[in-house]
Amino acid sequence: MRIEDKLYLIGYNIDEESHLGVSDPNECKRCQGRPCTYICPAGVYSYDDEEDKLSINYDACVECGTCRIVCSYITWRYPRGGFGVQYKFG
Amino acid sequence: MRKNDFDVIIVGAGPAGLAAGYVLAKEGINVAIIERGIFPGSKNVMGGIFYRSSLDDLIPDFYKEAPLERHIVEQKIWLLSDDSMFSVGLKSEKYNAEPYNCFSVFRAKFDKWFAKKVLDASAMIINETVVKELILDKEKVVGVRTDRPNGDLYSDVVISAEGVNSFLPKYLGLRREINTNNVALGVKEVIELPDKVINDRFGVSNSSEGVAIEITGPYFKEMRAMGFVYTNRNSLSIGIGAVIEDLVRLKINPNDLLETLKGHPAIKPLISGSETKEYMAHMIPEGGYYSMPKLYYDGFMVVGDAAMLVNSIHREGANLAIESGKFAAKTYIEARKIGDFSQRTLSAYQKKLEESFVLKDLKTYRNLPKLLEEKKYLISKYPKFLIDAMYEIYNVDRVSKSDKIKLILNKAKKEIGYFNIIKDIFSVWRNFK
Ligand SMILES: Cc1cc2nc3c(=O)[nH]c(=O)nc-3n(C[C@H](O)[C@H](O)[C@H](O)COP(=O)(O)OP(=O)(O)OC[C@H]3O[C@@H](n4cnc5c(N)ncnc54)[C@H](O)[C@@H]3O)c2cc1C
Ligand code: SF4
Ligand code: SF4
Repeated sequence: MRIEDKLYLIGYNIDEESHLGVSDPNECKRCQGRPCTYICPAGVYSYDDEEDKLSINYDACVECGTCRIVCSYITWRYPRGGFGVQYKFG
Repeated sequence: MRKNDFDVIIVGAGPAGLAAGYVLAKEGINVAIIERGIFPGSKNVMGGIFYRSSLDDLIPDFYKEAPLERHIVEQKIWLLSDDSMFSVGLKSEKYNAEPYNCFSVFRAKFDKWFAKKVLDASAMIINETVVKELILDKEKVVGVRTDRPNGDLYSDVVISAEGVNSFLPKYLGLRREINTNNVALGVKEVIELPDKVINDRFGVSNSSEGVAIEITGPYFKEMRAMGFVYTNRNSLSIGIGAVIEDLVRLKINPNDLLETLKGHPAIKPLISGSETKEYMAHMIPEGGYYSMPKLYYDGFMVVGDAAMLVNSIHREGANLAIESGKFAAKTYIEARKIGDFSQRTLSAYQKKLEESFVLKDLKTYRNLPKLLEEKKYLISKYPKFLIDAMYEIYNVDRVSKSDKIKLILNKAKKEIGYFNIIKDIFSVWRNFK
């Protein structure tokens, strides 16, 4: 099963403001291998080669914190209280 | 003088925070637990096998009313190679007798139930609120700043029960950022199957008996990875945790890793015809004893995953979280008697942990994370050799048994080397001494 299909199964309360970002977008341009694009279990990060820019689909984030540990340029916060992922089973 | 809003503020309503809150509330202490989810458990994930004894201590016979799935009667370890599976395990009628050893659980349900018990004991739980930082008065922690308007709250002591993504101990300089070798990423699916099908496939006689399978071996390359399949009443929990450093090194997407596990010939028939109900991910602090932060500060203690209290070899985490929460609460109660919440008094918390099985166990395995970091082949080469040897022994191809043994020994010599085997045995032995 693809990540995209699995994400449909998760409940979210999506905030209009993003809790994820990068401190220096220029670092992404020269980043080796771009680990954020394959390490995230929710496929939040992808690199847009045409725009030469990292795109962050923060709605899908399951708040595991992995990206933050893999890359120090990622500015990571928890979503505001009550927002974000809501598991039924967990 | 500023008045305290609470005697104790606990950050995080997982098993660690809830256990601490329960002990304090039972003693009539004015305690608040702050949780960022809409209810405790809504953001929490575990495999999850829950060991009874630590909670039974607090809430005797809790298992008779808690939302549990099955009690586990059989525990297995599977070693997987590309086309084979080697299995060892224990099924015992002793595990089938009350009060039981462990259960499969869903955290979203279990934590919610536990939180209700804590509320009934008259602790306050403040949901939908993120603690952003600590409030200090000179060198002492005196409260927390939340993301609510006018959201500062004051107390004698703050307990950090925030789980693996904890910020507060770092804020005080009690530890550095965790690194990619100290922490695993776990991904999991809950997949639905009729209970009768589960009973048949896993060889149990009714829908309250359960099986837990732990999975490792050369199928996961040289990755420090551990898969699992646990039976719930009408579903299976299937997942895999892998050290983040290894995922990055091998450029592996965690969902692909889980799909690989689901595709193994030994796993496929277990899950065939099932429907995925939920997908989730969470980190596991696997660094062990040496990765622990300092556990106390003036007006502050750290419990559970925030303190890196996980025994990954035995998949014990939630029970250690509960145990540490209890010790922190008891330490507060003692400190309150003398009215001193300084480091010196709160250091008794560390002592209690050291004297209990929690740190005794973590100490036993203290060198294991480092050993596996340096010798990743230990988790692939030896299981592979074992699987190949077993194959030779069972495969009747008109080669005599004595020739087979020669063949196996030759393989050991060629693929690993006798000298290396002795060296590895010695280093494993030395690391457990
Ligand atoms: C895939 C996987 C499998 C596992 N399998 C097992 C198993 O089979 N058996 C076992 O015993 N253990 C298992 N564990 C480990 C176990 O889940 C943890 O050890 C245990 O949950 C730790 O409890 P805790 O209370 O310390 O933290 P958590 O359960 O993580 O709870 C922390 C709580 O704090 C809240 N929080 C965090 N930060 C803030 C903040 N700033 N403000 C407000 N609220 C906050 C969170 O929302 C959460 O509710 C597993 C873990 C994973 C990821
Ligand atoms: S966020 Fe970090 S890992 Fe991702 S592309 Fe940018 S620098 Fe690289
Ligand atoms: S926290 Fe986890 S799910 Fe969210 S973006 Fe980072 S890696 Fe992806």
